Amino acid sequence: MRNAFIDELVTLAEQHANIALVVGDLGYSVVEPFADRFPDRFINAGIAEQNMMGLAAGMASEGYHVFTYSIANFPTFRCAEQIRNDVDYHNLPVTIVTVGGGLAYGNLGYSHHAVQDYGLMRLMPNMTIAAPGDPMEVRACMRYLMKNPGPSYLRLAKAGEPCLHATVPQVEPGKWLEVIPGPAEKTLLTTGASLALAQSWLQQGAYQGHALHSMPLWGMKSKARQTEQLASWNKVVTVEDHIVDGGFGSWLTEASTLGQSQTCIEIRALSDSIFGQVGSQATLNKIGGLG
Amino acid sequence: MADALAFARAVRRTALQMVHNAKASHIGSALSIADILAVLYHQHLNCNPDIPNAKNRDRFILSKGHACVAVYAALAEKGFISKAAVESYGQDFSDLMNHISHKVTGVEFSTGSLGHGLPFGVGKALAAKKLQEEWRTFVLLGDGEMDEGSNWEALMFAAHHKLDNLVAIIDYNNLQSLTTVDNTLCLEPLADKLRAFGCSVVELDGHDHDALNLAFSKLPAETGKPTAIIARTIKGKGVSFMENSVDWHYKSPNKEQLEQALRELEMAHA
Repeated sequence: MRNAFIDELVTLAEQHANIALVVGDLGYSVVEPFADRFPDRFINAGIAEQNMMGLAAGMASEGYHVFTYSIANFPTFRCAEQIRNDVDYHNLPVTIVTVGGGLAYGNLGYSHHAVQDYGLMRLMPNMTIAAPGDPMEVRACMRYLMKNPGPSYLRLAKAGEPCLHATVPQVEPGKWLEVIPGPAEKTLLTTGASLALAQSWLQQGAYQGHALHSMPLWGMKSKARQTEQLASWNKVVTVEDHIVDGGFGSWLTEASTLGQSQTCIEIRALSDSIFGQVGSQATLNKIGGLG
Repeated sequence: MADALAFARAVRRTALQMVHNAKASHIGSALSIADILAVLYHQHLNCNPDIPNAKNRDRFILSKGHACVAVYAALAEKGFISKAAVESYGQDFSDLMNHISHKVTGVEFSTGSLGHGLPFGVGKALAAKKLQEEWRTFVLLGDGEMDEGSNWEALMFAAHHKLDNLVAIIDYNNLQSLTTVDNTLCLEPLADKLRAFGCSVVELDGHDHDALNLAFSKLPAETGKPTAIIARTIKGKGVSFMENSVDWHYKSPNKEQLEQALRELEMAHA
């Protein structure tokens, strides 16, 4: 996903002179293609995330579309208020790009486990959460965000995620993207890198015969779109590498109450048992209940 | 010069009236910056109420957003907003909120939580440099606000990137929420700290129009460095019973107090 991100960013920056990339002293062996090609639009803000987010908002207020880049917990929780007040309240085109979504940095410990970030970003009224499921969805999300500038949170996993789409799909906030059709009125609905995990479940007992959908773009404003899509299914199983509390499944459950949906929603997300645990992503996912 | 003094007097009068009408707080903080705003808006800020979003305008950011009545009053004096708008201050659904709001014409940025204005201003100043535009960014901060680490992050960045189109003005009235700055988290030696962070530092009396005028006439103070102006001020300046009193960080003047304050302003300039 990281490579798809930087490759797409370079391509977009060729077309849009207002794209700037600001990093929080992170991105070794990732950001170089952009930094080398557009040195004047690449800024290392240092290990100072509050200033990084404030200055990104300031640049955005002067016509830039600023992409900030760091590991998921740092440019989110560290500067939550700068995101809330400077970026989101002023409705500025800042895309907060993070790597290590979920438990991708499992062995690095709690500081690097990004399993509460949806909960934070969901609270911002203008924020579009972009949680692509594969490298193709990364490109799709970025193209959408450039065409529809505003506050956004692009949550990437790490590297080596498989491509589940053959081509770059069309994406819209709140719209379910069909990945694999199914014969029954049941589907798995994922956001973020859990797409590959959910796909593997389709071959196993409980979820055989389910369809598979991805929702790479969502947020507070997309809730109203869920009623109609939920109505097509008897059962929807949400899958995410985030804790249950304040996550994607919780969001869909809240959305379902707007239209008093009768659809059964099952949430597959991480439990609080993963807090403080260290291990590989696969191991921690199993401990958290995503085995 | 006489006009800037009249401008400052009008800012103080309007600010007092607004705070009284709305039963709001922070009049001391607003009176503290009235002279800085008067000299800036009257003589130095490139801004035009007929084209409030002109590309080449100077950007002014009030980081100590609680002192917004002074800026609203300055914008009214300059013609950005109307007298009627000023009267809506603090009322239900008014754009003139009790912390500065970007919904008001002429206001660049909403603040209210401290430590946000300078990083935002740094982003603007960096953008101006990259776009090769000549306008300048002024950020007015409180002295207590310098407790916030984000300001020091921003200063380091501004100096590193040689943002000499950025001016940070620190309203040093030595009073914060509960007591003096010295008793809270001592800022001294502030000038040395700012120099060590890469700023060119100007120290002056923030009520002395000549000194303010001179400083704003000579920007940047040093080529290649952000300018930090330490403006020594008196909280509540211009109203005897408000001066240097922490009470007026919170209290709102009642009718008698308002009348006395307005009388004092009148007499001082008679």
